[in-house]
Amino acid sequence: MSISGTHFAVGVFLLSLSACASAPQTRQALKSLPESLSRQVELKRVPFFSQEAFQCGPSSLAMSLHAAGIAVTPDMLGSEVYLPEMRGSLQVEMISATRRHGAVAYRLAPELKDVLHEVATGTPVVVLQNLAFNWYPMWHYAVVVGYDLDRAEIILRSGREERQVLSMSTFEHTWARSNRWAMVAVAPGVVPETAESTAFLEAVSAFEMTNNPVAVRAAYAAASRRWPDNVAAQIGVGNAAYRSHDLVTAETVFRRISNEHPESVAALNNLANTLSDQKRYKEAEEVAHRAVGLGGPLLHLAQDTLLDIEKKRKP
Amino acid sequence: MMTQQKPTFMRWTSRVVMVSLMTMMPLQTSFAGMIEVRQVISNQVADQDRIKIGALIDREDVLRGLQDHGVTYADAKARVSALTNEEAHQIAGRLDQLPAGGEVLGVLLTIFIVLLVTDILGFTKVFPFTRPINR
Repeated sequence: MSISGTHFAVGVFLLSLSACASAPQTRQALKSLPESLSRQVELKRVPFFSQEAFQCGPSSLAMSLHAAGIAVTPDMLGSEVYLPEMRGSLQVEMISATRRHGAVAYRLAPELKDVLHEVATGTPVVVLQNLAFNWYPMWHYAVVVGYDLDRAEIILRSGREERQVLSMSTFEHTWARSNRWAMVAVAPGVVPETAESTAFLEAVSAFEMTNNPVAVRAAYAAASRRWPDNVAAQIGVGNAAYRSHDLVTAETVFRRISNEHPESVAALNNLANTLSDQKRYKEAEEVAHRAVGLGGPLLHLAQDTLLDIEKKRKP
Repeated sequence: MMTQQKPTFMRWTSRVVMVSLMTMMPLQTSFAGMIEVRQVISNQVADQDRIKIGALIDREDVLRGLQDHGVTYADAKARVSALTNEEAHQIAGRLDQLPAGGEVLGVLLTIFIVLLVTDILGFTKVFPFTRPINR
C-alpha cells in the first residue's frame, strides 16, 4: 500500500471513530423527555426465541408478533423472510411478512424517543442495528423490550441473549448506522402510540391487500378513532364494510363522511357504487353526478362510476 | 429481417412474461369503481397501465433475485405477492446492496467490540491501535 493509501485508510478509520463519538438522540432523550414517560420500563411478557445461526430476522419477528397476540415460531417465518445465500433478512420482507401473519406493520420515525414511547405503551420494537462499522457492516435485528432512563440503558432481546442491556448511547451508535430503522407489529385495531396519520394509513392500506375485510375494518376503525377528522380512515371503514358485502353499513358510513366533508369525491363516488349495487340506480346516478361536479384529481374515477351506473340503468 | 421479427418476438415475450407474472400480483380483489384509501391519501390516480407494467417487471426481478439467494420457487412466489408495488420497486435489482440483518455474535466477538468501544471512549486500553476520543 502506498503512503497516501495508508494515510487515507488511517483517516477513514479515525473519521469513523469520531462519528461514533456522538449520540445526539440519547442526549436529547435523557434531557427532554416528557415527565409523563415512565423512567423504567421492561416488557417481561415478550417471549424470547434464541437465534439460530443467522436467523435473527425470523426470531425478532416472532417475538414481536407474539406480543401482538399472534403465535408464530421463528421456524415458520424462515421461509418468509430468510435469504440463505445472504445469511440474513431484508427490511422490506420483515414488513411484508408481518402483514402475512395478520398484523399491521408500522415503520417508526427514526427517533429514539419514539422507540421509548412505543415500549412505554407496551409495544416491543424491532430494530436493525449495524453492530460494527459502516465500512465493515454486521447487520443485526433485535427487539427493544425495555429501557431505564436513570441508568441510560436499553434492554433488548438480541441473538442468543434473552436480556441484553446496552448503554443507550452504544445502542444509538449501532442503530444510527441502519439509519435508525425500527418497526412495530400491532394487532388490527391497535394504533401505535407514535403513529403519524398518513404513514399509518399507508401501512393499513398495504395490510388491506392480503388480509380479510373484518381485520381491515378494525384497523381503519381504530385509525378513525385516533384521528376523527381523517377522511381517508373513514373511507377505509366504509370500503371494508362494502367488501364484506355489508352494504347497509357502507352506505351509512359514506353518507356520514359526505355530510361532514361535502368536498370528498371518494365518499360520494363510493356511496354511488354502494347504491348501484343495491340496484337503486336513480339515487346512485344522482350521487355520482354530485361526485363528478366536485372535479379534482379523482374526477375521472367518478366519471367512470357515473357512466357505469347510466349503463346499468338503461341497458 | 430483424425489424420484422423483433415486434413479434417482443410481443410474444411480453405476453409470456405477463401471464406468468399475473400470478404474482397481490391477491387484491378488484372492486370496480370504488376509490381506494391509497388514492385518497395521495389524492391522485397514477397512470394505471404504466404502474402495472412497471410493477410486473419489478416483481419478476425480485422473484429471480430471491431464487438466486437460495429461496425456493414456491416460497419466492408467495413472498413476491406479499409485497406492495412500492416495496417491490424498492428492492428490485439491488438485493445484493441491501442490508440483510443476520449476524449472530460469538462471545469473543462481543467482547472484542465492547472492548473496542470502551477503548475508544477511553475507559480501557486493550488494543494498541485505538486512541481515546477525548484526548
